[in-house]
Amino acid sequence: MTTTIPHQPTPEQAPDGGPLLQASGVIMRFGGLTAVRDVDLTVNTGEIVGLIGPNGAGKTTFFNCLTGLYVPTEGTVSYQGTVLPSKPHLVTKAGIARTFQNIRLFANMTVLENVLVGRHTRTREGLLSALIRGPGYHRAEAASRARAMELLEFTGLAAKADHLARNLPYGEQRKLEIARALASEPGLLLLDEPTAGMNPQETRATEELVFAVRDQGVAVLVIEHDMRFIFNLCDRVAVLVQGEKLVEGTSEVVQQDERVVAAYLGEPFEGTPGDGPTTTGEQENDR
Amino acid sequence: MTDLSTNAAAMAVTAPGTHRTERYIPLPLNAARLLTLLGVVVSIASTFMSWTYTTDFPGDLTVSGYPGGLQIMTLIAAILTGVVALGAFRVKGLSWLNPSRSHNSVLLLALGTLGTTWYTVIDIAAKLGGLANLDPGAFVAAIGSLELFAGALALPIDRHPREDDDADYPELGALGGLQPVAAGYRRLRELRPTHADIKVPDPRRLNVWLQRLAIVVVFAAGLKVLTFGLATSYSDIFLGYMIVVSFGFWGLGAAGLLRQFQQLTRNNRVFSSSVGILAAIAYPFAQNNEHWANLGVSVLIVGTVALGLNIVVGLTGLLDLGYVAFLGVGAYTAALVSGSPYSIWSGVQFPFWAAALAGAAAALVFGVLIGAPTLRLRGDYLAIVTLGFGEIFRIVVKNLDGVSGPKVTNGPNGIAQIPDLSIFGYNLGAAHDIGSFTLGRFANYYLLMLVITVIVVLVFTRAADSRIGRSWIAIREDETAATAMGINGFRVKLVAFALGASLAGLAGTVSAHVTNSVVPDPYVFSGSVPPNSAFLLAAVVLGGMGTVSGPILGAALLYVIPEKLDFLARYELFAFGIALVLIMRFRPEGIIANRRRQLEFHEDAATAPAQRPLGDDTVSAGTAGA
Repeated sequence: MTTTIPHQPTPEQAPDGGPLLQASGVIMRFGGLTAVRDVDLTVNTGEIVGLIGPNGAGKTTFFNCLTGLYVPTEGTVSYQGTVLPSKPHLVTKAGIARTFQNIRLFANMTVLENVLVGRHTRTREGLLSALIRGPGYHRAEAASRARAMELLEFTGLAAKADHLARNLPYGEQRKLEIARALASEPGLLLLDEPTAGMNPQETRATEELVFAVRDQGVAVLVIEHDMRFIFNLCDRVAVLVQGEKLVEGTSEVVQQDERVVAAYLGEPFEGTPGDGPTTTGEQENDR
Repeated sequence: MTDLSTNAAAMAVTAPGTHRTERYIPLPLNAARLLTLLGVVVSIASTFMSWTYTTDFPGDLTVSGYPGGLQIMTLIAAILTGVVALGAFRVKGLSWLNPSRSHNSVLLLALGTLGTTWYTVIDIAAKLGGLANLDPGAFVAAIGSLELFAGALALPIDRHPREDDDADYPELGALGGLQPVAAGYRRLRELRPTHADIKVPDPRRLNVWLQRLAIVVVFAAGLKVLTFGLATSYSDIFLGYMIVVSFGFWGLGAAGLLRQFQQLTRNNRVFSSSVGILAAIAYPFAQNNEHWANLGVSVLIVGTVALGLNIVVGLTGLLDLGYVAFLGVGAYTAALVSGSPYSIWSGVQFPFWAAALAGAAAALVFGVLIGAPTLRLRGDYLAIVTLGFGEIFRIVVKNLDGVSGPKVTNGPNGIAQIPDLSIFGYNLGAAHDIGSFTLGRFANYYLLMLVITVIVVLVFTRAADSRIGRSWIAIREDETAATAMGINGFRVKLVAFALGASLAGLAGTVSAHVTNSVVPDPYVFSGSVPPNSAFLLAAVVLGGMGTVSGPILGAALLYVIPEKLDFLARYELFAFGIALVLIMRFRPEGIIANRRRQLEFHEDAATAPAQRPLGDDTVSAGTAGA
């Protein structure tokens, strides 16, 4: 159903909403190492924003700063105008959900249970109501299950609801991570390399899934190495090199920026922050 | 033939699940069946003969005409083997006894028969000083059981699939590089029988009343087996009993009967749990003996505490090495408000419900006090800190004697003369006659403790299958991902810790009254007297983490076996260690496997790719010490 949706890259300020996420001047230092250097990033409602950069550029660290896993050394991250708390579970509650670069499912729980765990912040039942099991408890549990099944339906995993998460094939584990993140009813979804290790067909399917997520009104910020995936998908792309934001703009702007090419290919170029040896493997992914 | 087998090997490599059915001894099928049945008949017949001349050997084995003592074990094992073998041979009307159609059950039961018979014969010879003490009956039994075993070996046995010729065996270490060693090891591995993936017919299409009848029969039989084992009066027969029971369970599992029973109980959940409770209530009536009622209370107490620990260790994955302190808190609280003359509040006597609530509440408070600072730690750090707190509890209690500190607990002397409970005018300390049965003091406490156990089981199952239970399991699986999904890790862990503590405190209140006194010494990390942290942890791990019946079974085994096998007394901790190592090596998910854990530990059973290891996303390191 999502394949037919036409996709037009939108300019920097999306017409359909103001800034949802606003990171300004984020600096993350680990001892003497500055992993993220003064990065500003805005994600607007209904937008898909890409974050690319060579390995070690600080993309995942920046993600962790956004989701409260790390507390930025300097700078602020605000969501819908309020500064985000520095605890991951509060960030999720505020409306930002994420997936992980290395799949981090609850391997020994069933697919359905994984999604139900994602519902945690949107349900209230504590220990006492679980012990007493009144009508309210049953109602909430049934509603949670119905919503979780809906999400599994959405990601195409409904038939495997009772399988253990560890027994899913790789591509479906990725999908389940997205379903689990969506269960917390986020306004913004952060995807950390959602197509890593996927074949072209699976990548295509993920692309459609991300569009479908966006069409549900969820903004998406995605880290990826697959350039075709990024440039097909994103309204805007930001390039991070050695912790600094090099350039930000539409796919065309980024693709034609010589500094970006230099950062990936390692060609000497004046004023490039990434003048060290960088991997060329990234280009091979760019099918 | 050789061509075929190499083909089979090649196929096994490509399709690891390929089934393989081979015999260990080459004999025609009919000859093997005949040999097996003959072995059964000879074994049964032998138990009606005299096995030894003198009555020096415990249990009278000198009588011809009816079986006695250890002969009964051989008799039961042989009969069981016989009927399951007839089931496996598809005899009309008996095939339901072996729904998996596998001969492995016959082999395992035959091995049980062989084990218990040969153990008896060797034990007689060893105890009485030589083979001269054996009557011909003993030789008949030995030969009969051997024949039975040989017959079973010649039956087609379902075995592990063949392994790849250049498979790696890291467990062999440097020896694995030597071709003959690796080949020999591979041959050994291929000898193993397996029956895990054999399909059994679903019993749920039976008439519902037939299903319930089956459940009642199984529980009644279980109660009989249990009381028989507890009533055994000397260690020789208990050992024989253990051999038969272990191989019996294994064999019935291979026959698929256990799996069918599991499906039945799952289908009739309420009915089977009520029958289970009824069977547990029937125990003191079926076993009219104060000693074994006492054993029953103790098993229930440690089992209940282990179940509380299972919330912390099994569900939430927090290694708590000082858990027994909460049992102590409950026991001491109950003792202080029991009206004992040695309590500092000797005038205060709470009714039982209030004492139980006070015990649970005190343990809850201590749980929160200990949990709040420690639960920010992960893994090994938490284990070490809880170990320390467990010891602190005992030492503090020892010192609150009015000399080293304020007088609260009477120090090492403890609080003695705790009066017996009286609930609704029913004095639990006195014997009561109900019909033709006499319920003694321990039987009364057993029934009271049973109520508490049922409550704890209910709490455990309801909590485990709920929003909070899922978040516990999520934390156990991956704490970082769990917090990223919106779970407040600290708070959820604290709830688990406090709930576990209060359940232990609840059990502790009863244990104070059962033992009449509380002293600080049992509440140690590790000791030879059961309620200690290491014992409880072992009960959880042995029984099966995350299950309900596992910790109770584990506690029962760990409590009863040393009680029964008096020769173990000096080597108890040693045997304990060996048992743990063996369990960890061969059945890491515990005796009763949680569906999840079983899949987790037996990788080869899972067809899916394992999760990729941590890459550069090393957030866990960043928050570990937070």
